[in-house]
Amino acid sequence: MNRFIILLLIICSVLPVFAADFWLTQILSRSIILGVMALSLTFLTAYLGVVSFAQVTLAGIAGYTIAYFSANTAGIGAELPWVFAVLLALFFSTIAGALVGLIARQSVGIYSIMITLAISMAFFYFTRQNYSVFNGWTGFSGISAPSVMGLDLGAPVVFYYVCLFTGALATLFVVKFSSSPLGLSIQGVRDAARRVRAIGIPTSPVIVSAYAFSGLIAGMAGILNVWHQERVSSFSVGLGPTIDVLIISVIGGMRHPLGAFIGAITYVMIDTFAIDLISRDRFNTVIGLVLLLIVIAAPEGILGILKSVKERIKKIVLN
Amino acid sequence: MSVTNTPTSNDGDALSLQGVTRRFGSFVAVENFNMSIKTGERRAILGSNGAGKTTLFNLVTGDLALSAGNIKIEGVESSKLPTYKRIKSGIRRTYQHALLFDGLTVRETLFLSSVGIHNRWQSFLPIKKNNKYQAEAEMLAKKAGLFSLLDALVGNLSHGQKRQLEIGIALSGDPKIILFDEPAAGLSPAERPVLTELLLSLPKTISVILIEHDMDIALETSEIVSVMHNGKHLLERTPEEIVHSDIVRDIYVGKKQ
Repeated sequence: MNRFIILLLIICSVLPVFAADFWLTQILSRSIILGVMALSLTFLTAYLGVVSFAQVTLAGIAGYTIAYFSANTAGIGAELPWVFAVLLALFFSTIAGALVGLIARQSVGIYSIMITLAISMAFFYFTRQNYSVFNGWTGFSGISAPSVMGLDLGAPVVFYYVCLFTGALATLFVVKFSSSPLGLSIQGVRDAARRVRAIGIPTSPVIVSAYAFSGLIAGMAGILNVWHQERVSSFSVGLGPTIDVLIISVIGGMRHPLGAFIGAITYVMIDTFAIDLISRDRFNTVIGLVLLLIVIAAPEGILGILKSVKERIKKIVLN
Repeated sequence: MSVTNTPTSNDGDALSLQGVTRRFGSFVAVENFNMSIKTGERRAILGSNGAGKTTLFNLVTGDLALSAGNIKIEGVESSKLPTYKRIKSGIRRTYQHALLFDGLTVRETLFLSSVGIHNRWQSFLPIKKNNKYQAEAEMLAKKAGLFSLLDALVGNLSHGQKRQLEIGIALSGDPKIILFDEPAAGLSPAERPVLTELLLSLPKTISVILIEHDMDIALETSEIVSVMHNGKHLLERTPEEIVHSDIVRDIYVGKKQ
């Protein structure tokens, strides 16, 4: 798998030589951003064994922080050097993740879904009604990616590399974190919480730190998202994007961090090109059919399909 | 005939239970249970199904809260402590139905129990090779007879191997008291002597309490036997006395007509 990831990274890093700006910005960068957002969910699902509907909220908190502390057309907030804005955004999304974890720490299954959904909807309505910080319904626009030493991070090729780097970093974080003592404790809670307590580890801080870590990953996506879209509003944290992230995770597969990115690129391709095949209004039908097909035929997502194909090829070669 | 109800404990005991009681609604699962375990003591607890043996273990480790009474582990008043804090006093347990991390490997499981017990679980940095907790994990695997399976997924282990892993986990850190909850359940006749040998090989610094339905193992590995019936501590005897006890036969086989 590691060799496969390195190969994938090499291919991805030479893509700007061939790909037009449209592909870099609208397909690839967008896929990586959605992939990182989905990764924050698949991390929780695969390692802690819970489904959270609050990941888009956490990404949104990072996005709003960037907007508030950058030049914007809403006339709200205070401009800070971009490094500070980024650090604050990651800090807030991580803290918010920890808070979600604190509230949802006793819940699994349908209950963790309901609690995190309630939190995300509460945040959605809060952003619509609060004007002093979130600028209500309209939110913030006119935000651009910063320039670093004369290099415009928002330029298509540069922004693509920023996304690629962030995506690789987020994946590396998840892989390394999952094999750390705390990461193993999180998986222990997933398998047998009672046993975790019986080896001297309190479960609540373990669960809270898993959510906090997922907040950090979601925050990374939230920052890129606001630079990519150049705006953030209540629509960025609504039910639509929340469900999109869930769909991406299911399509890609949750067993490996790579699944989130495979799901994201599939989703973005359908979102972008379904319009050429059928009418724009039918997007939900197409993505719904894809989701249904995946759930019925390959519950482990595209990642699962790829794995079984690989095993079949191996068998044929060995025979 | 029954065990004296006046608690006889002193602070030198590894474990002391006084008036330990647990009610579920109107049902009393464990009633006014008194017991003192001396350091290095080997004790078996016998009793029919539903006598309250596992509930007693759950009360001692904090998996269940007490309704009344108090528990001292290594002289530390532990009645209100959460499970993970009682572990720090040196108490360990195995579960009747193996309660393990099916998604982790044997190595990861033993490593996790080692860092958990030494309170080093908080690190989010990847594990360095040749770390002392890694070394402990390998040592535990050796003791539990799972060294060749270090990198096997726990979910793929056989029933017997899972029981061995339970014991490996219980030996991590510096255990003072180990509670074994039916370690022989589901083991093949060939596996049983291995278990007996392992129980007998535990150093005398460790106190052992064993719940076991296999009389051979229970009587061979213990110096003193407690009999539990309907949640009560009915009697304490040596294994020789137990073999000839009418009460024990009555409990297990039913009264003579």
